[in-house]
Amino acid sequence: MRIEAALKERILPVAAVALFVLAAWYAGALWLNAPQAQEALARTGKAWGTADLIAQAFAMKRPVLPTPDQVVADLWASLTGYTPTSPRNLLFHAGVTAQAALAGLAMGVVLGVALAAGIVYVRTLEYSLLPWIIASQTIPILAIAPMIVVILGNAGLTGLLPKAVICMYLCFFPITVGMVKGLRAADPLWLDLMRTYSAGGLATFLKLRIPASLPFLFASLKVSVAISVVGAIVGELPAGAQAGLGARLLSGSYYGQTVQIWSALVMASLLSVALIAVVRLAEVAVLRHGGAR
Amino acid sequence: MLVPNPLQPSGASSPLPESKLPATIPSAIVEAQGLSLVYPTADKPVFALSDVSLTIGRGDFVSLIGPSGCGKTTLLRVIADLERPTGGTVAVAGMTPEQARLKRLYGYVFQAPALYPWRTVERNVMLPLEIMGLPRAERQARAQEQLENVGLTGFERKFPWQLSGGMQQRVSIARALALQPDLLLMDEPFGALDEITRDHLNLQLTRLWRRTGKTCVFVTHSIAEAVFLSTRIVVMSPRPGRILDVIDCDLPRERTLDLRESPEFAAIAHRVREGLKEGHSYED
Repeated sequence: MRIEAALKERILPVAAVALFVLAAWYAGALWLNAPQAQEALARTGKAWGTADLIAQAFAMKRPVLPTPDQVVADLWASLTGYTPTSPRNLLFHAGVTAQAALAGLAMGVVLGVALAAGIVYVRTLEYSLLPWIIASQTIPILAIAPMIVVILGNAGLTGLLPKAVICMYLCFFPITVGMVKGLRAADPLWLDLMRTYSAGGLATFLKLRIPASLPFLFASLKVSVAISVVGAIVGELPAGAQAGLGARLLSGSYYGQTVQIWSALVMASLLSVALIAVVRLAEVAVLRHGGAR
Repeated sequence: MLVPNPLQPSGASSPLPESKLPATIPSAIVEAQGLSLVYPTADKPVFALSDVSLTIGRGDFVSLIGPSGCGKTTLLRVIADLERPTGGTVAVAGMTPEQARLKRLYGYVFQAPALYPWRTVERNVMLPLEIMGLPRAERQARAQEQLENVGLTGFERKFPWQLSGGMQQRVSIARALALQPDLLLMDEPFGALDEITRDHLNLQLTRLWRRTGKTCVFVTHSIAEAVFLSTRIVVMSPRPGRILDVIDCDLPRERTLDLRESPEFAAIAHRVREGLKEGHSYED
């Protein structure tokens, strides 16, 4: 009975959606690669049918859109064929990108919480600071990322830090927005209680406002960690980095290696999913410790 | 009106004696004179309190009773320095309410338990003690003692949502008692509970009061509760919030639920009801 319910509620819908995505992917690959495949078949001079066309479209060396099995095969070869420290292993690149993303996330959390605390405690900051914070997010990151790399490079800072700063630039915003709401989530009665204890501002912040804001912080973190990975990859593009998923994307597009680009993309999304899962685990652990049902 | 001399809450780290008051302090722990509190609103000012004078002696159990809007909660909040009066004076143990608050002379029990949901029962009771900066062992000892006082030993590790409403309110009373206050201010603490639970908690509270000898100021809108618990009942009326009558409730200090069937109890309850009627509070 329970297995049946799980099958109905979980497995079937997930499988249906996954199958649909795969089918659409293969159809797209056939449609996009068909012209090239036709040319290739024509060059052989032999007669060919639809089956030959499909086989050819799914096995191109440099397809417009690689098929899922090509991407998986490339990923598998990269992950199992080399040691994780080798630049030919995608885990190595994912690690480099993850380092920048996590460093940027940490900086973004500090900045975001500090800004939120300022906005919550100093009324005028809400009107004077918030417009700038919102404006900062309307600038395309692709435009500002090279500037950050150049400016920090001028100051002698290269490598991880410029990438982390770009991540921070993207990350802090959801944290600020979430934490402004979170730091205001304390019930007025809870605040009155602190007052009856003649608790100082710091004690009220640490023992009431921060714990009350944690659910909001984790919601923001899940958004921030995903965009932090995007930020790190974008940060690797203008720097002409030698390592990282962004560098991998760049070299893939230099040499027209579409399969390599796609496996780097898949690796990037796997990295994001893994980091979000870590945040989710931390959330469960922290909130469970704090009595969440 | 308020003495501009805010005491630093620094002395709090030293262990406190059972009573923070010198024995020579006058017998009145709360003394209000001509107290008024006016909220300016868009159309016309609201008189939450108007010319309220009241003296509460040490060891008394005083109930403030009246319909909604009569200022009973406001009066309690003024004593607790959660609101500032716009006129008149109020002294708490011979100090301004602010000084009394900074010295943590009172414990406040709100209408809702106001427990922090992320803290266990024990850590909720220890919260004020953490803020006072007491050492861990002392915090735990006091929490143990107060949880025992309200009959909740064994629930230390539970979270608030695992407890019934009545138990949560008992935790909040334990938390107020953990401060070892001279004065216990309670704002309709049992208002949201069913009558059976309320009776039970009233019995526990009257025993607790007898055992500890604390001064209690108790806001309620239940006549039976007020008569059962109090040594004095202050009848209040709304618009403007004022005191109509102060009724001595000279029932024996040892009180059981059966007492409520006695003619003495009925006589006092009748007086309270008549007092409330005088305020014409039901006619508008």
